[in-house]
Amino acid sequence: MKSLKELEEIKQKTLDSVNLRKDRSGGTRVVVGMATCGIAAGARPVLLAFLEEVKKRNLGDVTVSQTGCIGVCRLEPMVEVYRPGEEKVTYVKMTADKVKRVVAEHIVNGRPVTEFTIGAAE
Amino acid sequence: MKIFIRESPKEGRLWVSVRDNGRGMDENEAAKAADPFYTTRITRKVGLGIPLFKASAEATDGSFEIRSKKGEGTEIAAMFHTSHIDCLPLGKIEDSIAALIFMNPEMDIEYIHECCSNRFKLDTREIKKVLGDVSISLPEVVDWIKEYVRNGLDELNGGVGNEIS
Repeated sequence: MKSLKELEEIKQKTLDSVNLRKDRSGGTRVVVGMATCGIAAGARPVLLAFLEEVKKRNLGDVTVSQTGCIGVCRLEPMVEVYRPGEEKVTYVKMTADKVKRVVAEHIVNGRPVTEFTIGAAE
Repeated sequence: MKIFIRESPKEGRLWVSVRDNGRGMDENEAAKAADPFYTTRITRKVGLGIPLFKASAEATDGSFEIRSKKGEGTEIAAMFHTSHIDCLPLGKIEDSIAALIFMNPEMDIEYIHECCSNRFKLDTREIKKVLGDVSISLPEVVDWIKEYVRNGLDELNGGVGNEIS
């Protein structure tokens, strides 16, 4: 059972590693399209899957955020990944399973998962 | 913002209400809010949130109501007949709540879920009080919220799961 005490522990752990966390601005940004089209297509589990992977792998320099409609509703859920100094990569028709690969191969190892990108879908 | 859900398996009914203390609407605006082609936003000409909510309640032969007062806030409320074949499952409500809080960290959100005579409550003001300077959008915190809600609802339903059927 989850308790407020556990929340207190999360807080303490975060404060202990605050230096690691503070400098997220220079890191990778993940943006999930969370408009009605995205949510209807399943963007919510995708967003939560990114958060879970970031937590699991303790990726201190990765920021996950949301935006509105990215513009190609038929390819939702869409995700944009911005790595510092690199071109933006847009992933389409995302699922929670695909998120694991994107995090492992692209965000951690720097190799975009080409087969999931908008370029491959078009 | 206050989200209130009440399930009554005995009566086969489900009530959902969402209330805010935002800027509110006058009668004219409130009457148009359920029209998908009415919206105050400027990015595009449609607004689907309220119309879809209304349509899903009415599809179960349920009801929908909107109450608003300019300058005070708005409440939308709906009743669903859960045994109706067109009643949508509530789904992973813990995901909805966790994502909502993650997406609106500055907003105070209260979520109350009642079933039979049991009640579960989550208040982001209490969470923020514990967290102090730590952000509520932190992946670890969002995960905690998700699990906390899931556990709370499991207890509410005596561990039956979240599908209403």
